Amino acid sequence: MLSGLFLIGEREHMLSDLFFFIGEHGQPMQTTMLLTVIAVLTVVGYFLGRGRAVAIAGGRLSTLHSVPPYHGFFVALWAGVPALLLLAVWVSCEGPVIMSLVLAQLPAALIPTDHQALTLLQTDILNLAAGVSNGREPDPAVADAAGLYNTLHMVAESCLLALGSALAVAGLTLARRQIRGDLRARNRVEAALNVLLILCSLVAILTTVGIVLSLLFQAIQFFTMVPLTDFLFGLHWNPQTAFSGDVKGSFGAVPIFTGTLLITVIAMVVAVPIGLMSAVYMSEYAAPTVRSVAKPVLEILAGIPTVVYGFFAALTMAPVIRDVGTALGLEVSSQSALAAGVVMGIMIIPFVSSLSDDVINAVPQALRDGSYGLGATRSETIREIVLPAALPGIVGAVMLAISRAIGETMIVAMAAGLAANLTANPLAAVTTVTVQIAATIRGDQEFNSPKTLSVFGLGLVLFIVTLILNVIALRVVQKYREKYD
Amino acid sequence: MRLDNIQMSVANRQGPAVRAIPSVNNKITARDVNVYYATKRALKDINLDIEENRVTALIGPSGCGKSTFLRCLNRMNDTIDICRIEGQIQLDSVDIYAKAIDTVQLRARVGMVFQKPNPFPKSIYDNIAYGPRIHGLAQRGAEMDEVVRSSLERAGLWGEVKDRLKEPGTGLSGGQQQRLCIARAIAVSPEVILMDEPCSALDPIATAHIEELIDELRASYTIVIVTHNMQQAARVSQKTAFFHLGEMVECNDTEEIFTNPRDERTQGYITGRYG
Amino acid sequence: MTDLAQETVLRRSVYKSEAFEAQLRRRYRAERRFQLAGIASIAFAAVMLVVLLTTIVLNGYTAFWQSRFDVEVFFDPEAITPSGSREPAVLSAGDYPALVREALLAELPEATGRDGRRAVMEMVSSAAAYRLRDMVLAHPELIGTRLKVSLLASDNTDQFVKGHIPRAVSEDKRKVSDRQVEWIDRLTARGVLASHFSLDVLTQSNSRQPEQAGMWGAVIGSVMTMLVTLGMAVPIGVAAAVYLEEFAPKNRWTDIIEVNINNLAAVPSIVFGLLGLSMFLDFFGMPRSSALVGGVVLALMTLPTIIIASRAALKAVPPSIREAALGIGASPLQVVIHHVLPLAAPGVLTGTILGLARALGETAPLLLIGMVAFIVDVPGSLSDPSTVLPVQIFMWADSPERGWIERTSAAIMLLLAFLIVMNAVAVYLRKRFERRW
Ligand SMILES: Nc1ncnc2c1ncn2[C@@H]1O[C@H](COP(=O)(O)OP(=O)(O)O)[C@@H](O)[C@H]1O
Ligand SMILES: [Mg+2]
Repeated sequence: MLSGLFLIGEREHMLSDLFFFIGEHGQPMQTTMLLTVIAVLTVVGYFLGRGRAVAIAGGRLSTLHSVPPYHGFFVALWAGVPALLLLAVWVSCEGPVIMSLVLAQLPAALIPTDHQALTLLQTDILNLAAGVSNGREPDPAVADAAGLYNTLHMVAESCLLALGSALAVAGLTLARRQIRGDLRARNRVEAALNVLLILCSLVAILTTVGIVLSLLFQAIQFFTMVPLTDFLFGLHWNPQTAFSGDVKGSFGAVPIFTGTLLITVIAMVVAVPIGLMSAVYMSEYAAPTVRSVAKPVLEILAGIPTVVYGFFAALTMAPVIRDVGTALGLEVSSQSALAAGVVMGIMIIPFVSSLSDDVINAVPQALRDGSYGLGATRSETIREIVLPAALPGIVGAVMLAISRAIGETMIVAMAAGLAANLTANPLAAVTTVTVQIAATIRGDQEFNSPKTLSVFGLGLVLFIVTLILNVIALRVVQKYREKYD
Repeated sequence: MRLDNIQMSVANRQGPAVRAIPSVNNKITARDVNVYYATKRALKDINLDIEENRVTALIGPSGCGKSTFLRCLNRMNDTIDICRIEGQIQLDSVDIYAKAIDTVQLRARVGMVFQKPNPFPKSIYDNIAYGPRIHGLAQRGAEMDEVVRSSLERAGLWGEVKDRLKEPGTGLSGGQQQRLCIARAIAVSPEVILMDEPCSALDPIATAHIEELIDELRASYTIVIVTHNMQQAARVSQKTAFFHLGEMVECNDTEEIFTNPRDERTQGYITGRYG
Repeated sequence: MTDLAQETVLRRSVYKSEAFEAQLRRRYRAERRFQLAGIASIAFAAVMLVVLLTTIVLNGYTAFWQSRFDVEVFFDPEAITPSGSREPAVLSAGDYPALVREALLAELPEATGRDGRRAVMEMVSSAAAYRLRDMVLAHPELIGTRLKVSLLASDNTDQFVKGHIPRAVSEDKRKVSDRQVEWIDRLTARGVLASHFSLDVLTQSNSRQPEQAGMWGAVIGSVMTMLVTLGMAVPIGVAAAVYLEEFAPKNRWTDIIEVNINNLAAVPSIVFGLLGLSMFLDFFGMPRSSALVGGVVLALMTLPTIIIASRAALKAVPPSIREAALGIGASPLQVVIHHVLPLAAPGVLTGTILGLARALGETAPLLLIGMVAFIVDVPGSLSDPSTVLPVQIFMWADSPERGWIERTSAAIMLLLAFLIVMNAVAVYLRKRFERRW
């Protein structure tokens, strides 16, 4: 009986496994509590506001400018929004403010003058405060500072809770008092919602700004260590040697750019003809039954996560290419650019084909008719009339595909290497911009080594190049669409 | 009122031209032609003869099947998946829907000009050279230049474009574009030219140009023209066929149709009672 | 004129010539070649898809079978608690590997000496001892008894049993020695060693040992990350779409927003990882490796997709509906909330699901914010270190042992299953609510 039970419900435990504990920023209790308070007060505010409006109307709702729920929303907004704003401002300012207070308490001798060391000291204090030891015995002054930090932090959090709750209650009562029959509650609520909608549509802009700022900020720091020209035109990429002093000579990104280019070219050689021909076949030849099979095939290919393609490239494609190459007497690296490029090409086929499909379908039927009417065959019509007419759109599609290939990470991270070889040989191992970024950064970086910062230099180049490609491509495609609309 | 107008234009025409053409060979004969779009029957038992070296006009209200019939004559309807054709159409007494017939060859012999000018997005020169090139009618170079020149000349466009042959055909005016399309059709030396409302997108002056051109082309081509405009039918054609709701109601000499219609539907249409 | 006519007649005769026929045949050959190229292209894509999926399934299905030794274990009091104490602290410090060893040696009496015992112990997973310990901790009364227990085999044994480690190579080229091969054969013949169906690969959390590793932690991590993404991207995305489509004036600013959204949709995903790293981790000090940051980064990445899809759905609602609602005195906001949004909801939902499906398969940005850390615990909150399925796949795929291939493939099968379900729902919604106005 018992043995059967164990045989079935077996669960292995893994004490032998290392627990890889990652420093946790304790979620402050007070913030959660304040959020709860605000939420409760908002709901309460809604019902109070609505109830009061109903009471004022005294059964004749038509005497109200707005229906009671709007009065409810009106009060709820006043209860929630100011307190939430306070919370947001507080949370974003608290850390720096407390830190500057703590640093002011430290003996002046301990405070370093250069920026990097200062950052390091701050990190130490924060880690100590969070109870994470870096293994070294801390300086007693720093330990005191960490203690002070914790105290101030507790005080600040309590203040926040008190102030926030007070603000919410005040907002609620004041707003409730304003309720009268002629209060334009609906207009006020709608105005607030309108602001919210505008804010939401600004998130996309803020994201772009955030990307640009974070890339620029770190990249500029990098370029103070490694001159831009050395980075853009240097032929040797070897961040490991950077520690041994030769910072300038170790960050020449040309091999990375050429590696990216090589893999992109291979991918395009696969994806463009196959994607384009698939689109042509589907839109000009295929019977509906064929199309109803082929279209899902391409859609599934498009939906497969890139990490799966990466696994496929490393597990299946690379060995096949190496075996074939060896059989032909060629020397093939086990992480050849060819394997990664071909699989990336396969991944991009559906992208090219769906964009080209749109573009080809935008070519007016009248042009095809004109060609058929002269006695051209289908392929002549496609090659000589349809494709040339669709050329701008196809060029746009290919540019988008190139941008896709340049920015693709997982396939190359899993199937291409890290070796920054300056070569045009598709059978050799090369590395790409995205591989370098993904291999260097694991979320736990100190932002002061040139190796870490170099990644932002690469990221900036990647962002700019893909952005230019996208902007031009979208323009071209849009112009093309307008031409045949 | 309108009938008067038409009769006027028939009368004003340089009449003897019609009789100057001796041939009354039937270039195309259609027998019991039925066309279906999916299940919808667009043409019903059409019987019609197209005479050689004459202009035949197809008239009738919108949607009555004129274009459908025209597109049957060079099998352009083959490009529409849902379209099905029954009956027999002969070109020079050979069934064009027979298995042995090749649409490429057929369409080279029976050319087409469309309602909306549709120049290819290529240079004027390449627009004309396209047909001869794919059919291997002329070698690149001097021979092709000559074909392009003569085609443009016959379409009355040479003078206007001879200095800008390398410019895109889409840059021409509407009327010029349509003459370019006619030149393009002429360049492959077809025997029959089908024109589907070739002037409906053009202004009156451009229309007059095209009508003149059609009259000239009649000498060496058999022309079938669909038109909405009855004055035009009266001006350019020698024979007219009236279509109504997928049926061919009446076909006769143009003069006859406009002066003395047999069927009251024809009469109703040309007097403007409907359509 | 007559010249021209003659020339025309001359040229027409070409169409009836031999040469034209020959040329026509050539043209049709070109036509067939072209058509063949189209078929070949589609076939290539289809074949690649089939090859990819079959490789994954063929490699992955064996992960649902695991080799185990069904042996009788003597819960030897000497080894477990030499002092006789039943304190959990004492019990958990017992020498459980010794129990495993003795149980197996009973089946393989000829394995003597240090080498022999080591060779035997290589054949079982380290998990076997932990299992015995847990049994004892849960039922101390087992001490001193004998019980038939199923002990997990080691990765090498398992892979050999499944035929993934070839038998026909010389001993130094394979991870299983000749002696072990002989034992495995014997135990298999005796029914002691057998493959059992097992869902551990789904239900266990991660481990450094392939035979013990499961993806439950990653599944939970993925779910939490997706919840954050959903909770953030959908409200913001729909609100932005509503504003841009229904309320925004058409001016330079909205043009900029529009262009910006289109370009954001094409920014490489890894750049969002850099944003997350320097903005959320470094600047805002949000918890590293957490589902919270992962979800936020993916939300920003998915936002353009959702906005674009939602705008398309809103655009498809005919103006007549807005006019009708405005006509009966509704405010513009009421029109949108009460009339337009419900009609656009299926389209919005479809776009959302497709956007989330993409986010679910996304890996690169999550690597940069540290979701690649090796994490055994199933995350309990949004700020706990966690990982997600695709990242788990990436990490497993990177490990050298043969056993990881089947684990990785199984994880991919699960990920693809999720994606297929999501896409199927999207397709269903589109079909179900497709409306022609
Ligand atoms: N491609 C098509 N698919 C389906 N129906 C069509 C198609 N082309 C024309 N029709 C139908 O066939 C009928 C005849 O059309 P058409 O020949 O274009 O008329 P006309 O040129 O005389 O105006 C119309 O009712 C039209 O709706
Ligand atoms: Mg028509």
